[in-house]
Amino acid sequence: MEKLIFEYSRKGRKAHTLPVAPPVKFGLPARKSLCLPEVSEIDVARHYTGLSRQNYGIDSGFYPLGSCTMKYNPKINEQIAALADFTGAHPAENPRALLKILYDTERMLCQIFGYARFTLQPAAGAHGEFTGLLLIRAYHLDRGGVKRLKILVPDAAHGTNPASCALAGFQSVTIKSLSGGGVDLEDLKQHLDDNVAGLMLTNPNTLGLFEKNILEIAELVHQAGGLLYYDGANANATMGIARPADMGFDVCHLNLHKTFSAPHGGGGPGSGPVGVVEKLAPYLPRPVIDRRDDKYFLNDNLPKSIGKVHSFYGNVGVILKAYAYLKIQGSSGLKRASELAVLNANYIKARLQDAYDFPYPQVCQHEFVISAKNFKKQHGVTALDIAKRLMDYGYHPPTVYFPLIVSECLMIEPTETESKESLDAFCEALLKIAEEIKTAPELVKSAPHNAIVGRPDEVKAVKEPDLNYFQTG
Amino acid sequence: MSNIPAELKYTKEHEWVKIEGGIAIVGITDHAQAELGDIVFVEMPAVGASLSQHGDFGVVESVKTVSSLYSPLSGAVSAVNEALNSASELVNKDPYGAGWIIKIQGFDAQELNALLSAEQYKKEIGE
Amino acid sequence: MAYFPHTETDIEAMLQTIGLKSIAELFAAVPEKLRSVKIPEFAPVSELELLAEIDEIRRAPENSEHSFLGAGRYDHYIPAIVPQLAGRSEFYTAYTPYQPEISQGTLTAIYEFQSMICALTGLDIANASLYDGATALAEAIGMAVSVTGRREYIVANPLHPNYREVLKTHLMPRSITEQKEITPRTAAVIFVLPDYHGLLSDWIEYLQKARMHGALFIACADPLLLSVIEPPQADIIAGEAQSLGLPQNFGGPALGYLTARKEFLRQMPGRIVGRTEDNRGGRPFVLTMQTREQHIRREKATSNICSNEALCALQAAIYMSYMGADGLQTVARLCKANTDYAKQKLGSLPGFSAEQGEHFRDFVLRCPSSAQEICNAAGAGMALDDRRLLLSVTEKNTPAQIDYLAGVLAKWKN
Repeated sequence: MEKLIFEYSRKGRKAHTLPVAPPVKFGLPARKSLCLPEVSEIDVARHYTGLSRQNYGIDSGFYPLGSCTMKYNPKINEQIAALADFTGAHPAENPRALLKILYDTERMLCQIFGYARFTLQPAAGAHGEFTGLLLIRAYHLDRGGVKRLKILVPDAAHGTNPASCALAGFQSVTIKSLSGGGVDLEDLKQHLDDNVAGLMLTNPNTLGLFEKNILEIAELVHQAGGLLYYDGANANATMGIARPADMGFDVCHLNLHKTFSAPHGGGGPGSGPVGVVEKLAPYLPRPVIDRRDDKYFLNDNLPKSIGKVHSFYGNVGVILKAYAYLKIQGSSGLKRASELAVLNANYIKARLQDAYDFPYPQVCQHEFVISAKNFKKQHGVTALDIAKRLMDYGYHPPTVYFPLIVSECLMIEPTETESKESLDAFCEALLKIAEEIKTAPELVKSAPHNAIVGRPDEVKAVKEPDLNYFQTG
Repeated sequence: MSNIPAELKYTKEHEWVKIEGGIAIVGITDHAQAELGDIVFVEMPAVGASLSQHGDFGVVESVKTVSSLYSPLSGAVSAVNEALNSASELVNKDPYGAGWIIKIQGFDAQELNALLSAEQYKKEIGE
Repeated sequence: MAYFPHTETDIEAMLQTIGLKSIAELFAAVPEKLRSVKIPEFAPVSELELLAEIDEIRRAPENSEHSFLGAGRYDHYIPAIVPQLAGRSEFYTAYTPYQPEISQGTLTAIYEFQSMICALTGLDIANASLYDGATALAEAIGMAVSVTGRREYIVANPLHPNYREVLKTHLMPRSITEQKEITPRTAAVIFVLPDYHGLLSDWIEYLQKARMHGALFIACADPLLLSVIEPPQADIIAGEAQSLGLPQNFGGPALGYLTARKEFLRQMPGRIVGRTEDNRGGRPFVLTMQTREQHIRREKATSNICSNEALCALQAAIYMSYMGADGLQTVARLCKANTDYAKQKLGSLPGFSAEQGEHFRDFVLRCPSSAQEICNAAGAGMALDDRRLLLSVTEKNTPAQIDYLAGVLAKWKN
């Protein structure tokens, strides 16, 4: 393992070449001591290069993380976002080029998803959920719907949905799924009343299935006076196929760092634009980007706006990457992306059919779930063990233990950017692991064997927290 | 097979209750602790807090999950197990003894009838 | 159209394995009514064409330069090594480090970031980052609400109006409101350092008042400034860390940070990295205390943050490592020296005056006539109101640039 940067530190060593600062007064007590690493430039270069080698990115290999859409991150995206005019733009300037790009990005998203407008301000998917729920709240309050405080959330939903509800001042109510997947319409009907503000839905859902009753669901919710919220985490299956707005969703958030090829950055920065139908547009966060004649401007004049959700206009640097992707794909390329994402998922599923248990055997969309329940019962091997063993074969593991309604769940999303050979190799690895589970379960249970560290003791991490080198290191 | 003492009463949400000298002692079952795995934190109510039957009174946390605690009886919290603040693993090691969570006083004994017997609980968890 | 490795032969073979005849059959579950909608189209362009198009819109005359801007985003010097190392694709193409065995790079860097940002604020614990300064402050107030069980906060000194509005948007739905007076209902007292106008002032009075009423004291501080002054004895220090090696990016991505005293660990939102042991004597890093997080707490959550700004935190870690204490302090002193020079130079122009006090980067210049007109004509600063211009300098501004602006303003006739 690479050591910590602090361990390179030697008193008196330095990397920077700044001029000497003149003596100045701050009018406040001067800092007595400050302990940061004292290192040379080569130490910094070697250390962080060393750390990068202990990471696994999409450029390192296949990354079938369900619901995370780990598609290839095109290099042109990075180049465009790094242009000095863009990185150097100050938010109080009015750079026409950037405003035009943001405006065009919004227009393209509106076309693909069927919305009147998008706000690009939310900095991540969860931030988009929160923003979208505030829009629903503002809409109802504007119409005197003070009692509408209930948001219906299916049990298969992302855990963030109920959390976002709580933060937006809503109470979330769980709706059951049918045993074959999909919202239980009878259960939904029982919860629809005057207190319902809306329903949050992911479509395709987290089982990778298209909600085939979506039009009926939308009608029921709308009849009860509620709105529909589209969690766009799985939007990679729908582009050019079916638009959320046509499905009846009034509000929708997207994850540009999933569907639109912006990189995940090891946990951010992301971007979670929120699209709305016409009647919700007046409530969008301030400012929106408008165009008059050939001029683009930030419009703050939105009297019904829910207010600002970001210090400035969101993660513009991430939006630029999505813009490059949208332009290069065009609408036909986006449709192709969704088609091939779904083809890839079904191909893996077909190849693993005889070796693994598929609780939902039908044709899937861009992802699917496997249950390792029987492996656990018969051989004591869990979903986590399979995930860890995949590392030994050089893969990033799939999502595990989600959705909660599938026991010992492995959720696989290959994305469209993987070739047939890459999928075949991955399937071979999983088929071998299925054999190992029967013939050498201990090998799987004790995996990974080739990683630079073994399985960490997570209980110790919680019970004896070591979170700061200078206090415990 | 988990340990389900015959003399206790149970809830569907995996709490047990034992009556001792007019006080109800409450904890989580052996089955629940095994399902949760290593318990790292127990969030308990304040002494004096009033509880309603099946109402939420705290949470137990393992490394990766959080589970709400539901009171088997209405009443007032007369004591909480302070030892769990520094040794939450007691819930794993001795769920029916040193790993108790709260004590309730002033409860209505009638409410005990609405709880599960050891036999019923055993069925409930499919053992 | 790009980034698809499939050949026609591949597609046919794959469909055959699946047992379907066409790609359309994969979408049989999608109602016909939806599939038949005509979706508006836009044409794909090549990389070459895209670059040319961007070049053209960048060169449009409306893209005029405006300078001496600050107020939340600053044009600091970024050492060459920072973007080059953070630009390694093993870092930026990785997901959130949920699988520690193959994510030690990101995890170690975040642990280093947590440690260094704590060193600057003098507090015990930090999370892996938040969206930006404004949302970090909203999360800090949320923590104070969880700790105290109260739902009011006060802002002691001028805070960026955008921040104030973000706080309102994020906290109002939970009935957490800003008030004017500190009372026994106050959950948090916020002190801004430097304030919206760049002014540095003493917080001790507010700290004492917060203590007296059992409220938490939150400093919303620039971490660069904390390298040269003693950090406040706050319960939580949070804010914007864009000044630690990140470009302005038209406002984002930036880097929200949050540090606190260790007794508030359970109330801290967001991802946290900790060091532990593995089963073979190693000492790996992991995401820890995950039961605090939204995807596990669900409806009981007090924050919903998932994706944060991990890559920006990595950049800040590289920047802080490269600069060291000496480098950060040099940058802070250069900024202060330039601020002092600009205030003296511009404030002594006839009809103009600089606001009194010690300022860091931002300062207010009182103008003899419309501040907006001066701002437009000089292409500098930001008008706060009719007579006040907010200007900002960093270590990158030379005395020559400041002298040039003084020359423009000296000739100003209204």
